Amino acid sequence: MLSESVKFEARGLSRAYGHGRKLKLAVSDVSFKIRDKEIVSIVGQSGCGKTVLAKLLLRLEAPTSGALLYNGKPIDTARDPREHWRQVQAVFQDPFSAFNQFFTIRAQLKSSFNLFEQKPTEQEMNERVDQALLAVNIKPREIDGKYPFELSGGQMQRMLLARIFILKPQVLVADEPTSMVDACSRASILEYLMKLKQELDMTIVFITHDIGLAYYVSDSIFIMHEGKIVEQGAPDDVTQRPQSPATKQLLDDIPDVHREWIARSPAA
Amino acid sequence: MTLTMPAPIFEIEDLRAHYLTRFGQKIQAVDGVSFSLKEGEILGIAGESGCGKTTLVSACMGLYIPPLHQSSGDVRVDGKSIIGMDVEQNRKDVLGRLVSMIPQGALNSLNPTRKVKDLAADMILSHDEKADKQEIQGRLRERFERIGLDAELVLNSYPIQLPAGMKQRVVIGISTLLNPRVVIADEPTSALDVTTQKSVIRLLFDLMDQQIIGSMLFITHELPLLRHVSSRIAVMYAGEFVELGSTEQVIFDSRMPYTKALMGSMLSAEPGQKSKKPVAIEGAPPNLAHRIKGCRFAERCPEARPDCKENEQLIRIVANREVRCQYAE
Repeated sequence: MLSESVKFEARGLSRAYGHGRKLKLAVSDVSFKIRDKEIVSIVGQSGCGKTVLAKLLLRLEAPTSGALLYNGKPIDTARDPREHWRQVQAVFQDPFSAFNQFFTIRAQLKSSFNLFEQKPTEQEMNERVDQALLAVNIKPREIDGKYPFELSGGQMQRMLLARIFILKPQVLVADEPTSMVDACSRASILEYLMKLKQELDMTIVFITHDIGLAYYVSDSIFIMHEGKIVEQGAPDDVTQRPQSPATKQLLDDIPDVHREWIARSPAA
Repeated sequence: MTLTMPAPIFEIEDLRAHYLTRFGQKIQAVDGVSFSLKEGEILGIAGESGCGKTTLVSACMGLYIPPLHQSSGDVRVDGKSIIGMDVEQNRKDVLGRLVSMIPQGALNSLNPTRKVKDLAADMILSHDEKADKQEIQGRLRERFERIGLDAELVLNSYPIQLPAGMKQRVVIGISTLLNPRVVIADEPTSALDVTTQKSVIRLLFDLMDQQIIGSMLFITHELPLLRHVSSRIAVMYAGEFVELGSTEQVIFDSRMPYTKALMGSMLSAEPGQKSKKPVAIEGAPPNLAHRIKGCRFAERCPEARPDCKENEQLIRIVANREVRCQYAE
């Protein structure tokens, strides 16, 4: 019974790049469990290995050593990756590089049906695209005939989320989905992530460098530092009783309005 | 006596700038902005994407490259106008020396095929073609040491060999090489993690304290960040300043509905505040290709009254700060 409720499990998982003296472990001997229907945040500075970990979960990279289990079974890199991608999907940082500039947005949203074993009819595809657009608060007519460069960054990020509403995967890996949009769009993107969890029972792996954001969205937080997971726990525990120096640093560096951030003598 | 008042080093007077599209549309991206900066002062400018922040940067540098055109207004550095030059002359006399910019995508703004020392030398050579090569390298070494970089290593590296935080320091180092009077930092930290963000802002403060930079405009969409950076804040919406006051006034005691909504969309990382949800502002800013009659925020304003869409909003002084709202109190 217990193994059923665990979506991902890593045991001594590592991923190395380079050879010999230049060998660098981007992910180094990490072990964790991601439970079903949970929002887990992976927090760390740039270069701590969080994106490589995301790629491992998405089967875009193969582990160098250790095991990564999905639904209790090791991810088999020899098989058709689409089987994995039907269940595990991603939202990336830069929506403009995620879409092809030469095709209309609707055509690209419709192409996500290629992942299914059986493609629905043309009419059903259009209907489902419309529904997904409405789910992210965009009127379908607004984007008809439009290309990616005609929309703003916040709107494009919502297009990536619309894709998730079409595919309805079991797990969503969101890699810094809010770092390129302004604060206003950020609030709405977080709202849609919550909606995905509540309405579609999705498990979400949320990757960010902002521990404040992680505190707000997640059920559990992993802190990554130099390829290792140095701390994990409930958001309240991690933010209020941080144990590792890496966590303390992350908390300290948030520019909060209510406390001193950088000590500076007043300008002359 | 006026003598005791420090003279402003950067003055912007009723500045307007527009884009002319190839379809003949005129988009008024900056529409009547005025402010001034004193020696050693930092002014923060906050607003959503698309509110005209980045156009304001070009306009303030006097750098009008089509399709951007100047409509009216004046920009003065130390009392001298920098408006009305052609682009070549502007690049030689103004950019880098009087007004310098730290670009938004700073991580991608270094040419990947050249070493840092050559990129930095360009900054000096573009203003003084006859400068001595040896002397330039000496100056670069001295300046890079001063901003806390390992000069020997960094100058001889290619940009891709440096981590993000160091690349950002290099960009700042190059931008401030000629001790500019005014630095315009356009979202200098938006692509960085919180730890690097802090170190970059500390570096900017150091440069101000060492009087390498005279004064600074700090542009961002993170209103809370400005609490720690600037002494005054201007909030921008649809090409206009809608509120301009001290940091304390704007963040903790805002009078403009738009500023309040912007603060409401930020999330608070305070423990125990998890229930306090950030609220996105519904709708989108108005299309500036058309003339807007009344208040530009009226469509989205939670406190809007029927005549807000009719009456043109002028700047009023409310509780010691400038507000562009007829009902603010």
